[in-house]
Amino acid sequence: MKLPAKAPEPNSENTPFFDGARQGRLVLPRCGDCGFVIWFPRQICPECSSQDVSWFEASGKGSIYSCTVTRRIPGGWGKVTPFVLAYVELEEGPRVMTNIVDCDPEHVSIGDRVEAVFEEATNRDGESGPPLLRFRVREG
Amino acid sequence: MSDDYSLRGKVAVVGVGETTYYKHGQSADPEFVLVLKAILAACADAGLDPKDIDGFCSYSNDRNDPPRLANALGIPELRYSNMQWTSGGGGAAAAVQNAAGAIVAGSAEVVVAYRGLAQGQFGRFGRSGGSRPVSGAAAYTLPYGMMSAAQMYAMRTTRFMHEHGVGRDAMRSIAMACYHHAQNNPRAVMHGRTLDEETYDSSRWITEPYRLFDCCLENDGAAALILTRTDRAKDLAKPPALVLAAQQSGGHRSGATAENTTDYVTSSFKPAVKHLYKQAGVTAADVDVVQSYENFTGGVVMSLIEHGLCTYENADEVLTFDNLRADGGTLPLNTSGGNLAECYMHGLGLQVEAVRQIRGESSNQVANAKVALANAGPMVPVASTAIYGAEEVLG
Ligand SMILES: [Zn+2]
Repeated sequence: MKLPAKAPEPNSENTPFFDGARQGRLVLPRCGDCGFVIWFPRQICPECSSQDVSWFEASGKGSIYSCTVTRRIPGGWGKVTPFVLAYVELEEGPRVMTNIVDCDPEHVSIGDRVEAVFEEATNRDGESGPPLLRFRVREG
Repeated sequence: MSDDYSLRGKVAVVGVGETTYYKHGQSADPEFVLVLKAILAACADAGLDPKDIDGFCSYSNDRNDPPRLANALGIPELRYSNMQWTSGGGGAAAAVQNAAGAIVAGSAEVVVAYRGLAQGQFGRFGRSGGSRPVSGAAAYTLPYGMMSAAQMYAMRTTRFMHEHGVGRDAMRSIAMACYHHAQNNPRAVMHGRTLDEETYDSSRWITEPYRLFDCCLENDGAAALILTRTDRAKDLAKPPALVLAAQQSGGHRSGATAENTTDYVTSSFKPAVKHLYKQAGVTAADVDVVQSYENFTGGVVMSLIEHGLCTYENADEVLTFDNLRADGGTLPLNTSGGNLAECYMHGLGLQVEAVRQIRGESSNQVANAKVALANAGPMVPVASTAIYGAEEVLG
């Protein structure tokens, strides 16, 4: 079943990330001083406090670091259970909270290799917003 | 570091009070009245006049602010007000710590640590509202259906079980021990409701690996502890439970929800524990009884390991139902029924129960309990933990 897709609201700190998402590209910030790849997107490095942060296109590949199959929850998400909430560890290092989609929730586990997909999302006015970064299991 | 910079034994809990504990939304009293009733009960327990109170400490954005409480109680001097920044219920032992710190600093003399909630009146705790803006850090969690603490900590527990290969059996034993203890505790919301292995195993999944019985209750009520200088305690009604140590516990980037905490597979207690036992002047082996905050049972397993009460290797062997029982167990746990079966007063009930054990007043009394540990809020960004002791522990 299609998961709810509520669009996030970008601000000046994360515009390149969401602009990338609109083009189906995973664009992440990297610290120019210490090389730390930053998640979530922002403009001050949480590792060394440098403000020299630039943006690059990441591979979109990673593996499941942890996950939970949610089976009971109130509200709109209760209508799409069971669904998979996960932390995906990207090849570039950061761990990202996300959903694993196009999968059988009974057969998703830690270590599964995944790739990014961007899913259309709408904001509270019903307008199209930046798409959501989700992941699906990849072969090989 | 000189002993002058430790609160060890200088302050005691001299009074505890609780309202009736209600199921979620069932209190006839508004929340503020519940808090007043708990404070008055604690004063009566201590043999103190409410007008003796001159300080208040709470946590988790408690809605019942000290000026309003002081007004309602006719308190002549309000010298100290303190709120532990929110972090789930992780502030319960911190509220006691902050009260003790205020007394040691001479900021106030009689300080109450309290927590009240009427969720029927104000809605549930720890749940993300659908109307919250999907911006800032929430832009990377809410759109993915991360709506509850249960999901966030289910992922942490899954990773813990994956890395260490323990926890599944221990989680069941913890839930069963809590329900077992609630059967002797008439205050417990689950008094009269037993839990056996089959019932646990067949209960519904909430979010894996948590079943229904792995998750804390939702309740209405209030609890309060009154603290004062240990040398003043001897004139009061009850034997004092000395605060031997109390510590807050946040680690490197432990506040990372959508970002990357450095040490993910943790109950958040590693930073505090090294200070905790040193300050208390006791070791894990000296602890007679443990109250370990169950937001979710998986967090308790990690908490007990990080407090040195069992190990990553032997957790499933040590944390058995028989070992966790007050009646004959080697590691009596959550002897009031805890957040799973007594009441979820955001963990303050566990601090109260530790005091009862030191006094010898628990409904599941551990024989000759002299040292009681009570922690709060495993897996939250800032947890807290405390050790209480009988006067003779100071020697
Ligand atoms: Zn940096």
